[in-house]
Amino acid sequence: MKVSKCDPRLAKYLIEQYGGADGELAAALRYLNQRYTIPDKVIGLLTDIGTEEFAHLEMIATMVYKLTKDATVEQMEAAGLGGHLVDHGFDLYYHNAAGNPFTVACLTAKGDPIANLYEDIAAEEKARATYQWLIDITDDADIQDGLRFLREREVIHALRFREAVEMLKGYQEEKKVF
Amino acid sequence: MSTGLPKEYYRLLEELQTVDFVLLELSLYLDTHPDDPQAIAQVQQFYLRRQGLVQQFETQFGPLQEYAHSPTVMGWPWAEMPWPWQV
Amino acid sequence: MDPQWHAYTPYSSALDPCPPRPKAYIVPPNQYVIFQPHGLRQFAPREALKRGTLWPELYSPYEHGDRGGGRR
Repeated sequence: MKVSKCDPRLAKYLIEQYGGADGELAAALRYLNQRYTIPDKVIGLLTDIGTEEFAHLEMIATMVYKLTKDATVEQMEAAGLGGHLVDHGFDLYYHNAAGNPFTVACLTAKGDPIANLYEDIAAEEKARATYQWLIDITDDADIQDGLRFLREREVIHALRFREAVEMLKGYQEEKKVF
Repeated sequence: MSTGLPKEYYRLLEELQTVDFVLLELSLYLDTHPDDPQAIAQVQQFYLRRQGLVQQFETQFGPLQEYAHSPTVMGWPWAEMPWPWQV
Repeated sequence: MDPQWHAYTPYSSALDPCPPRPKAYIVPPNQYVIFQPHGLRQFAPREALKRGTLWPELYSPYEHGDRGGGRR
């Protein structure tokens, strides 16, 4: 994970995908929690995507870490991270860009595979939208590369979840008739 | 841990990342397309490539996996190597 | 602008405080796929890693400054 500029200001925005409602932590917890009760043929997909989200969480953490680790107190304050510094120092913390701590209230489990998968699809689309705003607000070329990669992953995940819905609808069985 | 890792470290890691990404992408695909023999063959091919790269990296730079899932030849280098977010 | 972008123009009033700006949203190609067919052509591995997908047909470009044709 490469970061070219020392700019703690970006860390304040990127933390949205660390501890925000549509961030990578929320995604990982949502999918891995749904695995236990989803029909067997979809467990593999939820496991794989849920685990991938933890890898993405590490990518975001790496960006935040690299952007802030050598910042001065003054730079942190100028970046709007004064409040963060007072509470957490240079530690990372699971909160969103506005500083609100992570809560599982942002995810649901409805005990219905179709309802759960549609929540997952929506989560991927919302995360994609967040990455778009992050790319818009970021002027670091290396960070933009990383964010574009993560955004495209949301596109693929959304398709896989929609395919999972089709599997539960019986789409594949129908297709095999041809 | 100071800077100055050899170019080979980054080259091998990037190569591994590339192969791992193909394997990841194919895995998600196979989760919804378990009946695609072409994709399964491609996974096997990249799996072998990955094995070679892992062995090359671990011999030169130390373990990639925790809980002693990687071969430990000398000492306990786990806590001495730089971490992915540091390099 | 990439064809994945869709422009739209909301009603603008003479009394609006700010001059109107172009609006647009992006629709990635996955939205037009119900179930990915077998055997789609692939990017070379290194290109796939760079783009975030193995399949060109599922790739959605998004550049800094793309929004609304250069709106920032």
